[in-house]
Amino acid sequence: MSVEIKTNTAETLRHTYGNLQRRFGDKPASRYQEASYDIEATTNFHYRPLWDPQRQLNDPTRTAIRMTDWHAVTDPRQYFYGAYVQSRARMQETTEHAYGFCEKRGLMNRLPEALQHKILRCLVPLRHAEMGANMNNSSIAGDCIAGTMTQLHIYQAMDRLGIGQYLSRIGLLLGEGGGAALDQAKAYWMDDPIWQGLRRYVEDSLVIKDWFELTLAQNLLLDGLTYPLMYQHLDRQLGEEGAGNLSMLTEFMRDWYAESTRWVDAMLKVVLAESDENRAQVQAWVDVWEPRAYEALLQLAEVATGRDALDEVRTALAARLHKSGLRSPGVAL
Amino acid sequence: MTMQKKKLGLKDKYRYLTRDMAWEPSYQKKADIFPHEDFEGIKITDWDKWEDPFRLTMDAYWKYQAEKEKKLYAIFDAFAQNNGHQNISDARYVNALKLFLTGVSPLEYGAFQGYSRAGRQFSGAGARVACQMQAIDELRHVQTQIHAMSHYNKHFNGLHDFAHMHDRVWFLSVPKSFFDDARSAGPFEFLTAISFSFEYVLTNLLFVPFMSGAAYNGDMATVTFGFSAQSDEARHMTLGLEVIKFMLEQHEDNVPIIQRWIDKWFWRGYRLLSLVGMMMDYMLPNKVMSWAEAWEVYYEQNGGALFKDLERYGIRPPKYQEQANIGKQHITHQIWATFYQYSHATNFHTWIPSEDEQQWLAEKYPDTFDKYYRPRFDHWQEQHANGQRFYNSILPQLCQVCQVPALFTEPDDPTQLSHRQIVHEGERYHFCSDGCCDIFQNEPEKYIQAWLPVHQIYQGNCGGGDVQTVVEKYYHLKNGQDNLEYVGSPEYLRWLAWKKLATPQAPAGTGDRRDAA
Amino acid sequence: MKQLAFIVFQDNDNARYLVDAITEDNPRAEVQYQPAMIRIQAEKRLEIRRETVEEKIGREWDVQEMLIDVISIGGNVTEDDDSFVLEWKN
Repeated sequence: MSVEIKTNTAETLRHTYGNLQRRFGDKPASRYQEASYDIEATTNFHYRPLWDPQRQLNDPTRTAIRMTDWHAVTDPRQYFYGAYVQSRARMQETTEHAYGFCEKRGLMNRLPEALQHKILRCLVPLRHAEMGANMNNSSIAGDCIAGTMTQLHIYQAMDRLGIGQYLSRIGLLLGEGGGAALDQAKAYWMDDPIWQGLRRYVEDSLVIKDWFELTLAQNLLLDGLTYPLMYQHLDRQLGEEGAGNLSMLTEFMRDWYAESTRWVDAMLKVVLAESDENRAQVQAWVDVWEPRAYEALLQLAEVATGRDALDEVRTALAARLHKSGLRSPGVAL
Repeated sequence: MTMQKKKLGLKDKYRYLTRDMAWEPSYQKKADIFPHEDFEGIKITDWDKWEDPFRLTMDAYWKYQAEKEKKLYAIFDAFAQNNGHQNISDARYVNALKLFLTGVSPLEYGAFQGYSRAGRQFSGAGARVACQMQAIDELRHVQTQIHAMSHYNKHFNGLHDFAHMHDRVWFLSVPKSFFDDARSAGPFEFLTAISFSFEYVLTNLLFVPFMSGAAYNGDMATVTFGFSAQSDEARHMTLGLEVIKFMLEQHEDNVPIIQRWIDKWFWRGYRLLSLVGMMMDYMLPNKVMSWAEAWEVYYEQNGGALFKDLERYGIRPPKYQEQANIGKQHITHQIWATFYQYSHATNFHTWIPSEDEQQWLAEKYPDTFDKYYRPRFDHWQEQHANGQRFYNSILPQLCQVCQVPALFTEPDDPTQLSHRQIVHEGERYHFCSDGCCDIFQNEPEKYIQAWLPVHQIYQGNCGGGDVQTVVEKYYHLKNGQDNLEYVGSPEYLRWLAWKKLATPQAPAGTGDRRDAA
Repeated sequence: MKQLAFIVFQDNDNARYLVDAITEDNPRAEVQYQPAMIRIQAEKRLEIRRETVEEKIGREWDVQEMLIDVISIGGNVTEDDDSFVLEWKN
């Protein structure tokens, strides 16, 4: 008996959607491509937004950066929603195990009081800065255009909420339990001089109107100093002082930061390559925000890690900027 | 060993893990950080009273959503590998998917954008976090829909340029203008429109029939993404109800504003869903339930319970609810008849329902189908048999608000077309109903901006003066392939070949327009 | 007019245990089997209790796990560690 494959074989009419055919030719597209390109409305908007009547709903002029096509910025991780949540689910499984382990054995609240106090004062208040980062990225996701750009920022927004929640859980593991430690950490954020520079920077970022300026101020410059400072230098130092277990609870942040710098740098590269005007504008913003980010962390660093650590991460950031063809205003290379 | 630790309850713990991360700013003014919170006139005296609609932290979110996605994509892969498209009830079914992908999926993306923005605009952190989770969910929905349809797109026509069409094709301005309307409003109206009126009151009418329809018609991919998406919907619905209660409890001055929004968004949603009703009654080869039945269960019954609950806040049911209840007997027949006539300008096919299907319609609509609608179908059927498949070459008058052609009848007289008009600043505007006319009068400066496809075609803004040029060049539809009558279409012939069915004698003249045009 | 609180699940294996638990805790609830889904409704109030579900499935169960299988709900939601309640209050 012969199997009648021929008549049943469904020859395809086309391999992918028209927009992807126009970009890449008629060949099978990846899930990332299908999910990210050209899904956003670009024309024939019906009404001007009441909250921004000068512009259209999706409008490329909400930033001073000009791109022929924002889809030129893509995610090196190729995250569409499914890939994103599955990657984070794997990370959280390990992290959950670590938190469970620390909680069950009381590894945090058995630390010497001085050390617990240092964690509470120098690390936990960062949860508030994460809330700021969450707001900024949600705002960018709503303002920027092109599916490749918008999704990068909403994933980033949700990641920051998650990281803020992990930091909060460190607070819940300290001391007597309950919310007392978090209340104390919030008081530090509000009034302790070591946090005021950062709080001011975050509040200032919340009123930035240009979304590309905002992504630079947040995801490149502030994070570019804060993450290495807190999760490498402070982590190492606390480890030396006897809180090595804390590293289990911040591993998520280190892994996450290593991952997120990849897309931030990739975005920067494409935007700078587009035009000299873009390059000049980005440099102008770096000149404003890099020194402010450094200033913002200075007092915190003095108490938490020592100033040298901050200078070290500043030099590393300068190298990163240099690699993208930008200058660090603070560090000559 | 370990110290006895105080344990926080779910509610307190969630508060520490969300809104407690926010703080009262002092280096910048609150009004500068949240500049869009006041202009709609909604008064919020105490954001602490916000009740979190669900208490999902990000770690749990990632975990549960990853589980859902894993299941979903396993099924997509299996569906494609097994040529699942050949197991559907009939190729006509795919036309429902064409309507869905071009009409609904781009709205999911719009919802993602709207909730990302709302997730920043509110000064209450609890509300922001709830909006952000919905934002990323909506991104999920558009992406899983594109992936689910990807396989169909390889084997059927009309799905190939859905986002391009959404921005341009005449009837797709109905869903597009609906969402543009919501997104261009302030954050509180956006939530009333989408979270409450759409997600809570009406979404069951969109998704449940669509997914049950897919299940009845052998479309495994769509059932799976639909149900998977609906599992997010339960959270979205809860947000919708919470936001309404919160606003109503905050200040009595909010009540009339919200009542006006409910009236508006109920009517706008009802008009939008007439497309879904048409899909249920006419486009599903295996039918699940009629639009009228769905309306009774999902609006009259559920909505009745809901609005009774909201009475205690001084909210009454939507203003034109009675007209919608009457309309359930009529609108799907009227709108299918319209699409039948304008099939030359759509990305899906239309057809006259078979005798069995007309019998089903007569049973489901005993008071209206035979009396008002069957005779017209009989007439067109006869014309078609004589080689005169009817296409209407005169472009229809569109309603200035909902943008549906003026095809609906008066609530009290199904033989009379419903039409309202008013003059605003020297210009005459046309409406399909009192509901749409009211909406215009409350905000004329908004609705005079509407991008009405028919006007735009006549003004030469759509790539050409004649409809065929517009269809081919501007809409990216291939004439004779993506549009027109189903019977005799390339898709129809392909399906017969797959199923090894003999090609019946195509009604004479089926191809007239195909070659002529 | 009746005010029905309701919950709709995908018709899958998880749902069977949930339906068992819900009907046990809500004797007046009506269960409807529809294409690919199961709807449970009751006048005014419907309660899903963690303890009962755990008994049915024989393991620890987090109320939020249910969200994977829910398609639709009707009623005001009250959720805590031990239960998920749908209710019309007026």
